Amino acid sequence: MPTDRLSVVLREIVEADVDGSASLVDRVCMAAVNLLSLRGAGLSLMVDGELRGTAGVSEPGIAIVQELQLTLGEGPCVDAWTSRAPVLEANLAEPAIVRWPAFAQAGVDAGVLAVFAFPLHLGAIRIGVLVIYRGRSGMLNADEMAYGLVLADMATQVLLALQAGAPADVLHEVLAGEPSHWAEVHQATGMISVQLGVSLDEAFVRLRAHAFAEGLPLRTVAREIVTRRHRFQGPA
Amino acid sequence: MTREQRIVETFVELADTMVDDFDVIEFLHLLAERCVELLDCAEAGLLLVDAAGVLRVMASSSERSDALDLLQSQNEEGPCFECYQRGALVSSEDLTGDSERWPTFAPMALQKGFRSVQAIPMRVRGETVGALNLFRASTGRLVEQDLQLGQGMADIAAIALLQERTVREAHGVVEQLQGALSSRVMIEQAKGVLAERAHIGVDAAFARLRAHAREHNLRLSNVARDLIDGHLDAALLGSSTHDASTPER
Repeated sequence: MPTDRLSVVLREIVEADVDGSASLVDRVCMAAVNLLSLRGAGLSLMVDGELRGTAGVSEPGIAIVQELQLTLGEGPCVDAWTSRAPVLEANLAEPAIVRWPAFAQAGVDAGVLAVFAFPLHLGAIRIGVLVIYRGRSGMLNADEMAYGLVLADMATQVLLALQAGAPADVLHEVLAGEPSHWAEVHQATGMISVQLGVSLDEAFVRLRAHAFAEGLPLRTVAREIVTRRHRFQGPA
Repeated sequence: MTREQRIVETFVELADTMVDDFDVIEFLHLLAERCVELLDCAEAGLLLVDAAGVLRVMASSSERSDALDLLQSQNEEGPCFECYQRGALVSSEDLTGDSERWPTFAPMALQKGFRSVQAIPMRVRGETVGALNLFRASTGRLVEQDLQLGQGMADIAAIALLQERTVREAHGVVEQLQGALSSRVMIEQAKGVLAERAHIGVDAAFARLRAHAREHNLRLSNVARDLIDGHLDAALLGSSTHDASTPER
């Protein structure tokens, strides 16, 4: 029976940088570092359909390594974005297959010997990539991999909630996993995207924002949509 | 055709789908449907655990939302949840006596018309990764042969999940399940998109998506993505003939 990874990750995020002023997204990166004994972690966001911009880092020094991938157009971050699957490199200095000649050198120079990138997505909704950097070579073991996936999931929830204008006191519930994995929530997202003529991620943000504004659980609003008791109206 | 022949046919059919362009979501739905046909149960559902240790619904014998609700409520308590925790068969022969054991699940199950339930563990390499839920309208339990057959179906489902290689360099059970879970979410999103575009319910939308995938020999998740990305016209996804052929359950 696996440990309750959700609670462990949640606690790490809450306790990261307790006295500091790090943003929630930075704290997700810090939590990753603490949990997995990492050199650093960074999070890149999609803007206007393209991956750019660093939304959060565990420490300022890592921002350079994270952003370099977008500048060079190569690296695990870029690959994870396009392939929609985790990209794992256990030996950046001497990879079995050379994938990122320019980035690898820069990474190694910065003390990174292994790198793992997790796309942040909810079905067809892609919003960014979480990259974790290790100062020693070696593949993530099963437990670490599971934590990486949980962290990626939490980062996704946090970013989507922030985009929806979640008030600070509700973010805690978001992180605790107010279930957005219920089928109706995804069905409602699809319906709203057609009703409003917007992308799925915009539709999800609108769904979430409506729930926050009305003070209703996400699932209740989703059910109203799916049973057609409520519609989102597009612009006239 | 005898029941034995049907069983053999089912296993051959399931094995056949586990090749090349394997569609795990379609496979799991097929498995759930066959459970209802071959075993003495009214509904069947398959749940898997995600990386966070949360049980997620992967497939159900019918897309009736109430069946799914029921299964999902077991995230908190219920036979499926217990089955997953213990890695062993969990059975209730009469849910009317279980309101203390499962205060949320039991009354809801009874309200939906189910009187008994058996949950069979899905195990992979010694790890319990989920459960197969079998709901019955009458009291009692499945006979021993049915339970063995059910365990066989659960074992096949577990093996099938490892076939889904959507993660490069996957080396653990957890990453391999992620692909299936992600596909499932995308399919739910596509159901909503199609339901709204075609002015039909989400159940009918799902039937059309599956029919299109089967007819054109495509993966369900690819059909879902094409619809979402606008590469597939909702109008191409059929008509009332598909809706009429969806069996009412």
